[in-house]
Amino acid sequence: MVPLSHYIALSAILFVIGAAGFIFRRNIITVFMCIELMLNAVNLAFMAFSRFRGNLDGQLFVFFVIVVAAAEAAVGLALIISLYRSRDTLAIDELDSMKL
Amino acid sequence: MTTVSIPDVMRILPELILAGFAILVMLFEPFVPAGRKRVLGWIALLGVLVAGMAFTWAPPNAGMAFSGSIAADGFSYFFIFLFLTIAALALLGSINYLERDNIHHAEYYALILFSTVGMCFMAASAELIMIFLGLEISSLSTYVLAGFRRHDPRSNESAMKYFLLGSFATAFFLYGIAFVYGLTGTTNLVDLAADLAQPGKWSTLTRAALILMFVGLAFKVSTVPFQIWTPDVYQGAPAPVTAFLSTGPKAAAFAVLVRIFLGLAGPSGPAAFWVIWISAALTMTVGNFAALLQKNVKRMLAYSAIAHAGYVLVGLAAAMASGSTEGASAVLFYLAAYAFMNVGAFLLIAHLAGPGEGRTEISDFTGLGRAAPGAAACLTVFMLSLSGIPSTAGFFAKFYVFRASVHAGLIGLTIIAVLNSVVSVYYYLNLVVTMYMREGEPQAARTPMPLPLYSAIAASLFAIFYLGLYPNHFLLLSTLSSKPLP
Amino acid sequence: MVAEVTFFILSALALGSAVMVITRRNPVHSALWLIVTLFSVGGVFLILRAPFLFAVQIILYVGGIMVLIIFVIMLVSVDVSGRQQQFSRQWLVGLTTVLILAAELGYALYRGSKGFLLARSAPAAALENNTQAIGTALYQNYMLPVEIASILLLVAMVGAVLMAKRKME
Repeated sequence: MVPLSHYIALSAILFVIGAAGFIFRRNIITVFMCIELMLNAVNLAFMAFSRFRGNLDGQLFVFFVIVVAAAEAAVGLALIISLYRSRDTLAIDELDSMKL
Repeated sequence: MTTVSIPDVMRILPELILAGFAILVMLFEPFVPAGRKRVLGWIALLGVLVAGMAFTWAPPNAGMAFSGSIAADGFSYFFIFLFLTIAALALLGSINYLERDNIHHAEYYALILFSTVGMCFMAASAELIMIFLGLEISSLSTYVLAGFRRHDPRSNESAMKYFLLGSFATAFFLYGIAFVYGLTGTTNLVDLAADLAQPGKWSTLTRAALILMFVGLAFKVSTVPFQIWTPDVYQGAPAPVTAFLSTGPKAAAFAVLVRIFLGLAGPSGPAAFWVIWISAALTMTVGNFAALLQKNVKRMLAYSAIAHAGYVLVGLAAAMASGSTEGASAVLFYLAAYAFMNVGAFLLIAHLAGPGEGRTEISDFTGLGRAAPGAAACLTVFMLSLSGIPSTAGFFAKFYVFRASVHAGLIGLTIIAVLNSVVSVYYYLNLVVTMYMREGEPQAARTPMPLPLYSAIAASLFAIFYLGLYPNHFLLLSTLSSKPLP
Repeated sequence: MVAEVTFFILSALALGSAVMVITRRNPVHSALWLIVTLFSVGGVFLILRAPFLFAVQIILYVGGIMVLIIFVIMLVSVDVSGRQQQFSRQWLVGLTTVLILAAELGYALYRGSKGFLLARSAPAAALENNTQAIGTALYQNYMLPVEIASILLLVAMVGAVLMAKRKME
């Protein structure tokens, strides 16, 4: 049987990759996908803990996280469309109309 | 828990009423002629009032509800009332704004109410899953509200940045919850506190989990170094929305911080405490010094909002250091006092900025003292209160926080806070000086204040002076409310 | 043994495709790689004997969210966004942040791995009949969160329609 630590390590690496992508990427849609990566890392951790604790709550948490991810995706993508209509860009660096 | 009992439902009554009215507002819209949309605003306001009255007339028994996931206690009542007040003020200040800028849609009011529902659940939940869902409801509504001026690029940008950083923060918060769950097998704060009270339960990983959760919430309350989104979002969002989101969601996130950090982190040793200490010092300093450089009123107030989050953290650090209720009650007092002055200031700026919010530079306010003496006087009071001048709410808010931190032995942090407060006087007074002393024609709108806005401003002023002159009543209230159940 | 091998293959796939997600210039490629990651994570769910959430992961994530993302990428014309700046110029700041995060998580996991010890041999009996158990829990203990999630979905729906609508009447 695969030990718990393997799952958690996988989850932690996935989380860091997601965070790295969030910080390095400058395209809004890609950045958005990096958040999905991070949420998946979270889900993985919940699932592993749930399995190894013999406790179902973690799985229900994952269920809610996925629901929230879907809701976030709907709103986020709508915001992207709205932004694109008014700005014609998806590069974060061009979102600077309010700098000093 | 397989059946729902009446007392359980009573304990979430305000949330239910608010959600019901939010749906009602949207259902009503098709029946309201285009020119009379303000009726919808009044319906939403009625919802807030009914929610408040339901609570006042039939106060539920304090206790846990829904198998321990809702904690109906003085702490949650305090915050629910605070959120209802903020929502009511924001609604009053929005009605004419939406009409003026031609973005009058029922969804605005509905989203304000929904966001309030989310904030109430954040403050009232003793279950991390519920806190998380409440956080998401309030966040998603405010993302959309920030982008409500859909044809204004600044507003789009504001919503986008808020959304991206907000979701990023959520992931951190969730990861923290995942580790807490993995280490203890529960996400209920009461069970967690019991579990972590056992000896040997605290490990590096437990602290890491708490810190991940802190990072998630730190984004929401915008502490340094997680404040990067705040200036752009506060500046770009419609000003009444900024009034709402710089006070409501921030107070809600602080409520969660207090519940988690005072409930759980008691025996966690110095690690969690130093995290709070350092972020308090950094947040105050960065917020105040950056505010000195601003030329835009909304942006200046955004940095000022960051600085104020720092003062609240001082209170939290004091509460963690001493374990007495003094720090926690100072935090509650501060959040309420700050809510009145900030909501008032942003609502007034929304009005003065004129159609399309075209006039938000500080220079646009030159000579306003003569052109619109009433509005200028109100804005002056808000600025004085924000800077903490005696006889305003801001003074006692700061005084209680500083007193708590001195009593907790945090002399260094108190000195940093006091110095910061002195620095902050400069930029608040700069706006006042611009309004009264500089010669010139003000660019800011000089139309008289509409009645709903006027009543919101009057209510905020009343609260500021009431808290500034008779703080004892309210301090007693916040002390009584400062002990969360778990 | 089979579980171990499957796990390693799936994790390698998940991590490899995650790296591809964050390094591809073209958002469409990133999205396609993300689908691979989501599938592999779903596979790990199966190893953890959670068939219900495996199904949710595939249907909701891959079938719902990813389709939505790709749809939006198509809508906002890849040509424009593909030519724009793709990677942050302030890579040093970013790198420091990421390294700090990685070091912190690594340190905490390394130091705190004892905290997980007690969990290692827990029985799995409670997790049998997975789908049924989740259904029961959702409608009993988790009734309130489900109701609140419905408010959340309503908010998301209203918000999405409001933002994406071309013209308000």
